[in-house]
Amino acid sequence: MRLNGAQALIKSLELEGVEIIFGYPGGAILPVYDPIIDSSIRHILVRHEQGAGHMAEGYAHATGRPGVCMVTSGPAATNVVTALADAMLDSVPMVCITGQVAFAAIGTDAFQECDTTGITRSITKHNILVTKASDIPMAVKEAFHIATTGRPGPVLIDVPKNIVDAGNPDAYFEFEYPTEVDLPGYKPEIEPDQVQIAEAIKLMLEAERPVLYVGGGVLKARGSAALVELAELTAIPVVTTLMARGAFPDSHELCLGMPGMHGNYTAITAIQRSDLLIAMGSRFDDRVTGRVKDFAPDAKVIHVDIDPAEHGKVRVPEVPIAADSRLAMEAMIAELKANGAPAAFKDRSAWRQQISGWQEKYPLTYEQSTDGELLKPQYVIEQLSALNPPDTIVASGVGQHQMFGSQYWKFDHPYTWINSGGLGTMGFSIPAAIGAKAGMPDRTVWAIDGDGCFQMTAQELITAAVDKIPVKIALLNNSFLGMVQQWQDMFYEGRRSEVQMSYDLPDYVKWSEAMGCASRRVEDPNEVEAAIEWANSINDRPVVLEFRCVDSERVFPMVAAGGSNDEVYVDPSQQSTLDAEREAAK
Amino acid sequence: MRTEQETTSAAVAEVSRHTLSVLVENKSGVLARVADLFARRGYNILSLAVAPTADDRFSRITIVVIAEQAVLSQIVKQLFKLINVVKIAELSPGNSVERELMLATVRATEQTRPEIMDIVGDYTAVVLAEGDNQITISVGGATAEIDQLEEALRVHGLVEIQRTGQIALPKIGAEVPILRASK
Ligand SMILES: Cc1ncc(C[n+]2csc(CCOP(=O)(O)OP(=O)(O)O)c2C)c(N)n1
Repeated sequence: MRLNGAQALIKSLELEGVEIIFGYPGGAILPVYDPIIDSSIRHILVRHEQGAGHMAEGYAHATGRPGVCMVTSGPAATNVVTALADAMLDSVPMVCITGQVAFAAIGTDAFQECDTTGITRSITKHNILVTKASDIPMAVKEAFHIATTGRPGPVLIDVPKNIVDAGNPDAYFEFEYPTEVDLPGYKPEIEPDQVQIAEAIKLMLEAERPVLYVGGGVLKARGSAALVELAELTAIPVVTTLMARGAFPDSHELCLGMPGMHGNYTAITAIQRSDLLIAMGSRFDDRVTGRVKDFAPDAKVIHVDIDPAEHGKVRVPEVPIAADSRLAMEAMIAELKANGAPAAFKDRSAWRQQISGWQEKYPLTYEQSTDGELLKPQYVIEQLSALNPPDTIVASGVGQHQMFGSQYWKFDHPYTWINSGGLGTMGFSIPAAIGAKAGMPDRTVWAIDGDGCFQMTAQELITAAVDKIPVKIALLNNSFLGMVQQWQDMFYEGRRSEVQMSYDLPDYVKWSEAMGCASRRVEDPNEVEAAIEWANSINDRPVVLEFRCVDSERVFPMVAAGGSNDEVYVDPSQQSTLDAEREAAK
Repeated sequence: MRTEQETTSAAVAEVSRHTLSVLVENKSGVLARVADLFARRGYNILSLAVAPTADDRFSRITIVVIAEQAVLSQIVKQLFKLINVVKIAELSPGNSVERELMLATVRATEQTRPEIMDIVGDYTAVVLAEGDNQITISVGGATAEIDQLEEALRVHGLVEIQRTGQIALPKIGAEVPILRASK
């Protein structure tokens, strides 16, 4: 089959099983937009290229399949940079295709030229500048292979215009899709080493205060079922990081919830007091560890990560296991059973008691609004969680609402929580929710957003309205850049600098309606339930519920940046009890 | 219990020089990827030399770094994450032959020239060019030797100097520790 580069590119994507491209056309990529008309692939025209990138990420998070976005050269490539960096830090499988000026013009400061592969080198797992039309199929094959295997991540393919130009005789070649890649330097190893598994088992059998510290790698490895089996076999309590919410059911008795800067007291403290930390697809992020030298000081560490560079990057593990975390857990389960589990474990009832003591004393808590007061964000999220199907997908922005979302939504299914954990990208939620809904059209998809975040990417709601992708947005409008305000209040003596937005500028309801969404404003706790039900009754359009929230709520618990996890602040109503306890322990 | 930080501070004294021999795919942009990685992660390169190998699909980059063991281990692992990096070995004086080339133009007056020629002779350097008050010499040798020669010439006045950075190959028959290699 004789094809030109543009046809070959689209054909290659079809052969990779791509269903959806999130994209935006322009000069250099124009030739590739022509064969899209005849392709089975659905193209979703976004309103800003950053949106295309986050949609591809949302799609990948929700479906487990690589997200694909396509944009033109220059400003479009730079617009997608944020999403690439986001996908890199959160290990999201994604393939991004960028147009580039004609090969002969590269390096001449041509119109809309930028050094896309240079700019994205450190924020992609790999990038490829294709120089010949006949190299396109292999570039696509390699990109999907690299994006989805080993530690997943974004791969960018930069495509000069001349090689996809239907008017260029040199852009034609006999198309054949390769069956294998030729990457002599890339052979990710995913099988655990049995010797290391045996070492790990030994530590697990000896441990008196073990904790499973579960990160996003378990989701990437499709390892939730293995995790439940391992936790139940060993009766080891589980904490799920911000990237792993839903990897283990919150309703499970072994679930301690989220650790870290805004984790709950029990999750944080269980790690601190543990004698064995089993890090499963987690990377000792500074938001989890707090001050590294004070992190889990008495714990030995088993660290399972598919990326060996994570071993010893922050904390030197006693047992490093470079493997896919699902395979590692399955190997652990088999080995444990062969070694007398569960009977062979140490008696850990004291540990269990200590944990349930913390859970009783220091649960997550907030005060419901008093009469006439605006809404409490925690209450809104509790209601959303309670009134939606348990497999509802929730995408979040970045800020207080994200932390409240992670804390107060009850996650009982994997792949239901989508957020920007590593990069902390404001504006992530709306496009990510749209990408998730496009990939999982039968699921209810909510975005939890802040008023600051909403204003960064709201225009993608037009994409959702036009393309009939009925996502629902819970906009928690507190009229502030709440998280920044919280830091100023706590660490800058309340000196508030440039954090005030406005409750009614813009008018979010009118704005949402203008973008083709149904929208309502909610100010009274008694209206919350009815509003959510109303939103859930609408399925032909996106819905935006503007929840007017108090402007002074704080996210607790909190560990100050760089502080020790032993110095966690709990809710003010619990702090005096905790202080007294700490005093007594001295 | 050890944290990386403590390991680092405990082992400050063990910071030492390591020669990494990095086999990479011969593709455009590979050197930029390697250089970028060192810059971005704050690793110190002492020297870097790159050239094609006997197999034209691959090039070899010889990188000399100063690092303590934990950092070296991170450098190696992060390098190996680059898709085009195929193999990383550590070469040491015991298991390898090492060479570096230096060109230097030195001030040489009537009076100092004999002394300079003595030095040149001691280091088996070669005179490449002579002018009225300057001579350009070339010398190949172990990096430490070249360091000494550079010092010896400096007192006479170095006009210009260019060193290649160290390159190295395993000694014939020697076992070289392979730190990472694709299976
Ligand atoms: C793109 C970007 N810019 C700035 C920040 C810093 N930042 C983190 S949270 C936050 C405030 C978010 O405000 P809002 O969306 O209203 O959410 P809230 O914290 O009030 O829930 C800011 C400015 C960021 N994370 N991302």
